[in-house]
Amino acid sequence: MRQAEVKESFVMALDALRANKVRSALTLLGILVGVFSIIVVMTAIRVMQDSVESSLSQLGANTFQIQKWPSMRVGGGERDWQKYFRRKDLTFDHANALVERVTRAKSIGVDEGLWSAEVISDYAETNPDVRLRGVTPGTFPGKNWVVESGRSILDADVDSNRRVCVIGAPVAKKAFPFGSPLGQTIKFHGIGYVVVGVLEDMGSSFGSEQGNFVLIPLTTGLNRYGWKRSLDFVVQAKDQASFDDVQSQVRGILRTIRKVPPGEEDDFDMVSNDSLITQFRSVTLAVRAGAAAVSSIALVVAGIGIMNIMLVSVTERTREIGVRRAIGAKKKNILLQFIIEAVVLCQVGGIVGVVLGILGGNLTSLFLQLPPSVPLDWALYGLLICSAVGVVFGTYPAYRAAQVNPIEALRYE
Amino acid sequence: MSLIEVRNLSRLYHMGEETVYALRDVSVGIEKGEYVAIMGPSGSGKSTLMNLIGCLDSPTSGEFILNGIEVSEMDDDELADVRNRQIGFVFQTFNLLARSTALHNVELPLVYAEIDSETRRERALEALGQVGLGDRVTHKPNELSGGQRQRVAIARALVNRPAIILADEPTGNLDSKTGVEIMALFEELSSRGNTIIVVTHEEEVARHARRIIRIRDGLIAADERISPEDRIQVGQS
Repeated sequence: MRQAEVKESFVMALDALRANKVRSALTLLGILVGVFSIIVVMTAIRVMQDSVESSLSQLGANTFQIQKWPSMRVGGGERDWQKYFRRKDLTFDHANALVERVTRAKSIGVDEGLWSAEVISDYAETNPDVRLRGVTPGTFPGKNWVVESGRSILDADVDSNRRVCVIGAPVAKKAFPFGSPLGQTIKFHGIGYVVVGVLEDMGSSFGSEQGNFVLIPLTTGLNRYGWKRSLDFVVQAKDQASFDDVQSQVRGILRTIRKVPPGEEDDFDMVSNDSLITQFRSVTLAVRAGAAAVSSIALVVAGIGIMNIMLVSVTERTREIGVRRAIGAKKKNILLQFIIEAVVLCQVGGIVGVVLGILGGNLTSLFLQLPPSVPLDWALYGLLICSAVGVVFGTYPAYRAAQVNPIEALRYE
Repeated sequence: MSLIEVRNLSRLYHMGEETVYALRDVSVGIEKGEYVAIMGPSGSGKSTLMNLIGCLDSPTSGEFILNGIEVSEMDDDELADVRNRQIGFVFQTFNLLARSTALHNVELPLVYAEIDSETRRERALEALGQVGLGDRVTHKPNELSGGQRQRVAIARALVNRPAIILADEPTGNLDSKTGVEIMALFEELSSRGNTIIVVTHEEEVARHARRIIRIRDGLIAADERISPEDRIQVGQS
């Protein structure tokens, strides 16, 4: 395939498009709709995915969490619910056993959401959406919490149920607008906790601020809000290499102390960033598959339209084909010309579809106040699919054009 | 050897049950630099002969040697190549690409000849200059008069320096004054050494040539040289 010939075909294709504006526009509409529908859905999902993934990665690197309930469930219904419900609680004793026995973990901690309420300081009161969480020192690295000023929760705090707390940056800003919160007392549910540390600002995701919580020693929290509950464990491996080892070690120990018979499935869930992201993807897979199905139907219909219009075009331009053949075009030159024409026709529709699709998909980012996303890979796939439609549905008309007898074509009125 | 060697050329058409001889056993030779008119009423076989000489068609039997190339046995792609390099077509209805400029129309044979764009442009401009349209290169066919369109078509025929220029009723769609101008152009091209074959049914057009081959019922009825006195010559400009 030579460049000059391709360029010639390309110019001719654009000429033909321009010469039949309305007809071309109507034909393009089909391709446009097909590509638009796939790009709009992919863009919208990508927008959400980016932000879900960034908010899921609140777990630190090489960290996984152990919990009684899975973090996302797809289908399953009552029976699955029953299965999870019957699981034994994950207790503080289990956590301590892990701390004692797991050798290769960097940190092991407990994170337990206790309540949501307002925080009252001597100066101000926050909205009643601040979460109170019971934690242990090992929770901090696994959750990516960095103490900006003051200190972290210590083992001593946990051992002796101290009424101390570390607060997130948004809480510090709201409850102590004028000065340092360190050493001050906040009240949560009428109980005072001394602020010993403030965390670094963690930004926001999905429009809500990260770090809108108060962290207290786990034991202090459980004494106040009750021990009969299942805790979440946060385990961080030393590095990526030991991640799998640590996971299997933790699994083994938990199975032993929870007396899970060999061969039976775990009676707890282990989630990591990767597993959460995988789960999110599997949830959105159905939506994506649906979009793909709809747009493939649209594209097939559009392709038939392209084929139809190309057949008309070949008939209309029989004489042109005859002239080209007379001055030296081979059959394959004519074939290529008309295939390129079909591809150009599809591409014009495709490009418009991709642009509109990306714009449309990013409306979700406007409504959900998420950062916009441009799925370049899908834009590329969209255009490739267009080319494929052009080639598939343009070949037959182009073949017809190539088979035209030049003598008859020159005589054609 | 002559530029065009036609030996015992026959072309049959099957029309249902019937077999029609469009050409029977025609033999003719045309030398390089000749200016020949092929005449005959419609249905005489002159179009068939023209299509064969133009390599648009293949004979049923016989030999056709063009510029030393045996073309009667060639396949479709080879014929396209021969048409591109050896033959310049001029049609009654001009047959230009309506949406392309004069320059692009003239360049087209060179596109298929796989010649680079710089040379293409150079040679197309040269050819347009030869037909007196050096100042009309960016015009599209609908911005040109009939005579100018035919000149563009002639430039297109010339551009790849073919062995023969094959014109099919080149003045058929022109008024008589413009027709005379076009015939003058052919004369000029002929005087520069181009081999020209004009197919026509008009005696006046044919009389510009130096030799007339008359076809009737698929046979050559006459092959006559025209004496300088009988020739119509247009004053060369």
